[in-house]
Amino acid sequence: MSELLQQAPSLGNTLWFVLAAVVLLAVLLGFVTYAIYFERKVIGWMQLRIGPNRVGPLGLLQTVADVTKLLIKEDTRPKNADRALFTLAPILAYAPAFGVLAVMPFTESIQFADLGIGLLYYIALSGITVLGVITAGWASNNKYSLIGGLRSAAQMISYEVPLVMSVVGVVLLTGSMNLREIVEAQRDMWNIIPQFLGFVVFIIAAQAELNRTPFDLPEAESELVSGYHVEYSGFRFAMFMLAEYVYMFGMATLITVLFLGGWLPIIPQLDFIPGIIWFILKFSAYVFFQFWLRATMPRMRVDQLMSFAWKVLLPVALFNILLTAVVVSYQSGMF
Amino acid sequence: MTEENRKPTPEEKAKAAAEAMAKARAAKEAKEAAAQAEASTPATESAPASKPVSEMTPEEKAAAKKAAAAEALAKAKAAKEAAEQGEEAGSDADAKAKAAAAAKAKAAAAAAAKAKAAREAAGQGGDEGGDDAKAKAAAAAKAKAAAAAAAKAKAAQASGEAGGEEETPKAPSKNQPYLDKYVARLTEAFGADVLEASYINELSKEVPTLVIQNERWHDVATFLKNDEQLAFDYLSDLHGVDYEDRLEVYYHFYSYKNQQSVAVKVKTGREQASVASVMDLWQGANWNERETFDLLGIHFPGHSDLRRILLPDDWVGYPLRKDYVQYDEEV
Amino acid sequence: MNQNILTTHVETSSDTGIRTEEMLLNVGPQHPSTHGVFRLVVKIDGETIKEAIPVMGYLHRGTEKLAENLTYTQIIPYTDRMDYVSGMTNNYVLCHAVETMMGLEIPERAQFLRLIAMELNRVASHLVWWGTFLLDLGAMGPFLYAFRDREKILDLFNELCGARMTFNYMRIGGVKWDAPPGWIEKTKEFVQYMKKELDSYHQLVTGNEIFLSRIEGIGKFDEKTALDYSLSGVMLRSTGVNWDLRKNEPYCIYDRFEFDVPTGTGGDCTTRYHLRMAEVVQSLRILEQALEQFPSEGEVLGKVPRVIRPPAGEAYVRIESPRGEIGCYISSTGKDKPWRLKFRRPSFTNLQILPKLLEGQSISNMIAILGSIDIVLGEVDC
Repeated sequence: MSELLQQAPSLGNTLWFVLAAVVLLAVLLGFVTYAIYFERKVIGWMQLRIGPNRVGPLGLLQTVADVTKLLIKEDTRPKNADRALFTLAPILAYAPAFGVLAVMPFTESIQFADLGIGLLYYIALSGITVLGVITAGWASNNKYSLIGGLRSAAQMISYEVPLVMSVVGVVLLTGSMNLREIVEAQRDMWNIIPQFLGFVVFIIAAQAELNRTPFDLPEAESELVSGYHVEYSGFRFAMFMLAEYVYMFGMATLITVLFLGGWLPIIPQLDFIPGIIWFILKFSAYVFFQFWLRATMPRMRVDQLMSFAWKVLLPVALFNILLTAVVVSYQSGMF
Repeated sequence: MTEENRKPTPEEKAKAAAEAMAKARAAKEAKEAAAQAEASTPATESAPASKPVSEMTPEEKAAAKKAAAAEALAKAKAAKEAAEQGEEAGSDADAKAKAAAAAKAKAAAAAAAKAKAAREAAGQGGDEGGDDAKAKAAAAAKAKAAAAAAAKAKAAQASGEAGGEEETPKAPSKNQPYLDKYVARLTEAFGADVLEASYINELSKEVPTLVIQNERWHDVATFLKNDEQLAFDYLSDLHGVDYEDRLEVYYHFYSYKNQQSVAVKVKTGREQASVASVMDLWQGANWNERETFDLLGIHFPGHSDLRRILLPDDWVGYPLRKDYVQYDEEV
Repeated sequence: MNQNILTTHVETSSDTGIRTEEMLLNVGPQHPSTHGVFRLVVKIDGETIKEAIPVMGYLHRGTEKLAENLTYTQIIPYTDRMDYVSGMTNNYVLCHAVETMMGLEIPERAQFLRLIAMELNRVASHLVWWGTFLLDLGAMGPFLYAFRDREKILDLFNELCGARMTFNYMRIGGVKWDAPPGWIEKTKEFVQYMKKELDSYHQLVTGNEIFLSRIEGIGKFDEKTALDYSLSGVMLRSTGVNWDLRKNEPYCIYDRFEFDVPTGTGGDCTTRYHLRMAEVVQSLRILEQALEQFPSEGEVLGKVPRVIRPPAGEAYVRIESPRGEIGCYISSTGKDKPWRLKFRRPSFTNLQILPKLLEGQSISNMIAILGSIDIVLGEVDC
């Protein structure tokens, strides 16, 4: 697929691109639909409930029904909201979440763009999401939204730092920012082992980046009712939901690629199982972990959240870089 | 009065039972009647309305009546059973009602002398309004008692009976020493007239009860809290009651230091009802005073933020007052 | 319900060169964490609370006024609706007040049934508190675990009196229904079950670092303040005052059983959390003893007149509800209806300290502090 990128733009390959994007979007929507379904089911089981089981067999169509409801719902907008920003915010939140998927290598062959700086691209683009959240919080002209938006800005910017720092170790080990090369470099050993510290920092920071329990302060339904999207309903709200889950999809992909060996099998002997299956398994494990956390964890407090990012995660991430740098230098014979 | 008119039928049968019943029921009323009679002298009580509150000034009397009450209560149970058996109607309630009626008239006739004697023994002059009514009722023995004085009469008879029987001094309440102590301390500090009444409230787990003069309430409250021997550091309850001719604020204090309770009552008129706030002494009085203001219209001068608390700000009237009329019937 | 609150002066300042403005935030009356229709107007500077003004009355039904036109027995169902999380103690306080006035003897079996019902209710109430407190702090799981176990208690109540929350179980002179066959055994089983479950509660929550750091040291006050604000129950005991009416002014038959009064000295949310958890253990302990000694037969309703007419006079009694000291004042004229009925509601009184506790706290702490007071709005507004 990557060779298409090298060709001169023509009607044919543009169509191809559009088609591929639509397919990815469809896969994504399918994922979101069933991620929500499974989230509700898994949390339901963990919390002694049954979860959705009414719409369709085993409740499989529950999310479809929910989305349909959201789409046909009246589009309400607060009277004194900033119209333009209010409309823009959900798009701002969603577009980068979808955009980052372009560089993700799902298997050796399924990848849209094999960027040399894939990792940097991902991090840069995902930083835009916070703009959507702040915009939503501001434009709603609601105090809860505003507080949620500001919390979100503080949180996402703070956690972006340890998030980036924690992957520097991986980059040092691999010597590349290309995601495909990062996976290939894990043939002998997944990064989770040499980069365990980095992995821990990454998984915590990722949780905060995704605004999910125990870092779901921007939404914090028991404090801020719903935080930045309290005034949103209908399809605009659906956009936020979508953004959240797509971003989760992106993060799960990234963590699989960076630390869990991407499409590589657990041991080389299991090579006969297709890479995509391995990828999905690792990916699902992370997604399940997310649900698990949500079912059990209480929420952190803003001040603790911030001091945790700067006083704990960042030093640990920096230490990890130092450690990795020393080890890499040693291996390459510098000492 | 109808009760009294149909009195003769059950009377013979339920006589014994009735007497005991009346005693039991009226044991408390005895105190009350006495107190009313007492209170009616200094206070501005309108005569006809029946007063539910019990207050008593002289301690000897309190003790005697209290003892009577206690004994009568104990007897009441046995008597009730007797009444059940004796009553042809069989119904407990009936028995009680009839017994009450019976006792009322019966005692009025039979115990008139006793009652009078008792009252006199209790150190009560026969020249007071309440006593007059009682005396009349006793003398007339029949439905002669005025409608307004019915309750009083009943109480008076009972008190007569109880008092008559229990002339012998009874063991005082376990809280009597505490009451004496409070009274002594307060009298020492403020003089005797600050206390309008003081008694042991038998009905309320024998809590020592003080009725404090409205004008000096805040000083007394300060003393109650800060005095070493009293040290009532905890305000358990504060609320108002409408007695139609006056309003009362009821306080229940507790001293964690001395492990003792005291109930305090402060009276105020219905017009421009006002009782000094104790919020500066016990923060816990804050919302309770606001609630009392909200529902009964008692003002608490000294309260920092006296607003309605449960009802909307534009509510008309004070719902817990007995003469409250709904602003909007549809509500 | 003061409309003027919204015109409270809001300060703007530009000390730091940046123009900042204080903001009035309405928390409630429809907010997930106010546990009902409680409203809190907070003036915030960023997320720091400058001032908090509680507004209530949205659930005011005039129970005290209604009671003046009802016979004593008719009032009992109204008490269920005050503190609807622990209706049994409310039932009891009214009956206890009337019985005190009338000097009634309560049959042995009825005493036991009352005590068992009240203690079960205390456990249920603390479970609700535990679940909702954790829900306030953002953990949803514990809420459902707590409600699963509370459901078992409600089922027991259902068998006992046909109602799950609005019991109307007690009567003046005893209780309405005897325990159905096998009920005592079922309750015994439940007590054993609950003891085990409590351990898993602690495993799930009590050691959680996030949870502990969130409630540590917030909502703190000392003994003097607690007494000054008329606080009671766990709010008072968390400051080191060893005071439980079940122990200190025994009512019902509490003096026959062995139990401790958990007392802490921290005075903060953590202390209150631990105390409530410890109280559940003590309640189970009382239940165990009471169920063991439960009389095999006997009346459940004593000999009482068909028409309840307490003697003229007044009485104030107070007992220990799960939330603190609940009191009932009755002024009677000797008629079958009270002249004045007043409930001292622990939620109402305990809530008074909230504005003081909230000053200078953040919004997250506000929710935790409010949760730790354990209020029921039906009782606050009465």
